[in-house]
Amino acid sequence: MKPFRFVPDNTNISFMKLARPGFYVSIAAVLLSVVLFFSVGLKYGIDFKGGTQIQIRTMDGPADIDGLRKTIAGLGLGNSELQEFGRPDDVSIRIETQPGGEDAQQNAINTVKKALGDKVDYRAVDIVGPKVSGELARDGALAILLSFAAIMVYIWLRFEWQFAIGTVATLVHDVALTIGLFAILQLQFDLTIIAALLTIVGYSLNDTVVVFDRFRENLRKYKKMDFDEMIDMSLNQTLPRTLMTSISTLVALISLYVFGGEVLRGFTFAMIWGVLIGTYSSIFIGAPLLSLLGAYVDRAPTPGPGDNAQAEIVQP
Amino acid sequence: MLHFSKLKAFIIVGVVVLAALLALPNLLSESTRAALPGFIPSQPVTLGLDLQGGSHVLLEVDTPSLKDVLGKQLVGDIRLRLRDAKIRYANLKRTPEGASVNIPDAAKVEEAFTVLRGLSQPIDTGLFGQGVQVQEFDIVRDGQTISLSFSDGGMQTRISRAVQQSLEIIGRRINALGTTEPTIQRQGVDRILVQVPGLQDPARLKSLLGQTAQLQFRLLCDNQPQGAGSTVPLGCEELVDKENPGQVYWVQTSRSATVDGEDLNDAQTGFDQRTNEPIVNFRFNTTGAQRFCRLTQNNVGRPFGIVLDNEVISAPRINEQICGGSGQISGNFSTDEANDLSIVLRSGALPAKLTIVEERTVGPSLGSDSVRAGFIASVIGLIGVLIFMVVSYGLFGVFAVLALVANLLMILGTLSFLGATLTLPGIAGIVLTMGMAVDSNVLVFERIREEVANGRSPLNAIETGFRLALATILDANITTLIAAVILFGMGSGPVRGFAVTLGIGIVATVFTAYTVTQLIISGWIKLRRPKVVPL
Repeated sequence: MKPFRFVPDNTNISFMKLARPGFYVSIAAVLLSVVLFFSVGLKYGIDFKGGTQIQIRTMDGPADIDGLRKTIAGLGLGNSELQEFGRPDDVSIRIETQPGGEDAQQNAINTVKKALGDKVDYRAVDIVGPKVSGELARDGALAILLSFAAIMVYIWLRFEWQFAIGTVATLVHDVALTIGLFAILQLQFDLTIIAALLTIVGYSLNDTVVVFDRFRENLRKYKKMDFDEMIDMSLNQTLPRTLMTSISTLVALISLYVFGGEVLRGFTFAMIWGVLIGTYSSIFIGAPLLSLLGAYVDRAPTPGPGDNAQAEIVQP
Repeated sequence: MLHFSKLKAFIIVGVVVLAALLALPNLLSESTRAALPGFIPSQPVTLGLDLQGGSHVLLEVDTPSLKDVLGKQLVGDIRLRLRDAKIRYANLKRTPEGASVNIPDAAKVEEAFTVLRGLSQPIDTGLFGQGVQVQEFDIVRDGQTISLSFSDGGMQTRISRAVQQSLEIIGRRINALGTTEPTIQRQGVDRILVQVPGLQDPARLKSLLGQTAQLQFRLLCDNQPQGAGSTVPLGCEELVDKENPGQVYWVQTSRSATVDGEDLNDAQTGFDQRTNEPIVNFRFNTTGAQRFCRLTQNNVGRPFGIVLDNEVISAPRINEQICGGSGQISGNFSTDEANDLSIVLRSGALPAKLTIVEERTVGPSLGSDSVRAGFIASVIGLIGVLIFMVVSYGLFGVFAVLALVANLLMILGTLSFLGATLTLPGIAGIVLTMGMAVDSNVLVFERIREEVANGRSPLNAIETGFRLALATILDANITTLIAAVILFGMGSGPVRGFAVTLGIGIVATVFTAYTVTQLIISGWIKLRRPKVVPL
């Protein structure tokens, strides 16, 4: 059987020419995301805001959401929000944090249960008290920052500082755009999205590192070549791999998105977006940044672990 | 490089077979598992609460309530010490941070100060094995007033001790529920995490956890409130009725008018012989029996209150002295209420109130839906990746898929072996690993193609391809591993499950890509002696 090439061989796309407009678009998008984050803001789930989230399934056919909304609103529990959850008979109910400390949250859920009676199946009940939600929010932000720092150190050790700056810039770009998307679409932002962000960071990095690795290799091989030309060459050489991996990861993710159930949908959505953005950013952000910082790259880097192989490479 | 020694090949195959064996129990039914011979592992992956349904309840020691209890104890201790030292005192009272007392005789203040300082035990904070010692109390003398307040270190130790005691008591209470495999663990300084799988309704669990269960038998005051707004007489405090919060009682505060529930030996649910109502029968230990006997003996004809967590359950009249050491509590209970009360009384009282700071309950219906959805998504994802790989890389794609299957077996086997918990996000981690695992193979295959294009012989190209891709594979996976480790460190519950499968997946990926795929390809080369690389 003859393998089918999804990505043609020996592409010769001048990414560096495309990079400039791409760079501007990205900067604008990142700025927009930051503005959105501070103006519109994220729609935080109860993990970070505290409150109660109840998932019910009505036992007598499709749920009467308007009726339920009226019932819940009449309970005097402050702001509440109802929406269909994947199926017409599944409803997700969210109630804001009740004033009066941790016990007040427990009383709220009892009030709701009394009001809804026993015609519904309580599929899930989550109550996050004000104390815990504050901690989760802090831990989530901390985790993202910590991952940036750890990765920067790793890349710095394995490569050089220019590469570290390039990677972290792509990561900030990816995380910012994902947050921006969640702000525009007002999708619920909860703990699983933090998990998704960290995975996106890992994935995007994976892509960037592969490109950088190839670039470093070429740097040793072709000592005289023009910098931008070399970046283009490295990107073209790794392009089949970059796209193949993205496609196969997307295949798995789309299967999760479609068949994995409502609970995971927010997470998978963030991941799909992250893979797309991560693939884009390693080509259009990470590599061009290297070109900007290129003047400082040492052309005779200290040998790395893969280097003993270099001696016998046949120069084309 | 493509030559594997017999030993090396044997080890690689051995690891995969072992993983398969460890993963096997997950594919078998419970009865088949039980029938397996002993040497085959029979431990399946534990499903998380979000997959099998159950309740996750995070409790926190309520510091104000603990302070209150400790303050009361401190007042008692001060009284005892001063009395033993024969020092007169006045105005002994609780303060927000501890207690204070007045010594009317100025000449005795110094002596009282020394006596009371004896109350404060030095505490070993034991940070970093430095053995830093702090005092339990800060003692301050101001004129003739001596005040004691809990030091930060003292409070920390008390909280820590309270958590330790609560763990045991909660364990006893939950075991009485008869559910399977509850987990109760300490979290941080002042928290306890309770996870009970397969619970339909967490209300009962929460009511069992929410009660401090301080039972007291206390004499009522001679005067009882007449309508609202009456002032509580000296030596009395106002408590409400448990059933009917409108009804209040004045209850004596004196220690000599009180018998504590901590002297209980046993409590069982029973039925009143006349009314057939559920009641709780209890039995005192010797100390309790003696005290109860004395209290009832001296107060025949007067009412006393049965007080649970500062609420009056009932206030019967003492008809005759009760010296047999047993008695019963009736209070319009339902059978469940009576059962729960006897459980909490048997298990002992919590040292302080525990508040629920987080609760996550998944019903069994959602759990099984999630398992089904996760399974379908995994299978379809696997098939999708499989088709994609075979279409893109032909025979080598088949090799990659074999490596992927080995990878999945290793993830499942490791999870089973470690007794790790599989959550829904954990399944997502596995599906994601499937997508990303082929990355290592893609890296190698693309590199081989390049080397072929560079004019190398098939064997040489394959060998070089593997060697050059290794550093990249490592770099790329270590960075993702960093993210997984951080996620594991900060995450809780389900998110942690994701970090676990992602992390195990990455390690398995590097292993399979570099050993399994290579072994398969080297076997193929030996068998076919290829003239061209089919890529």
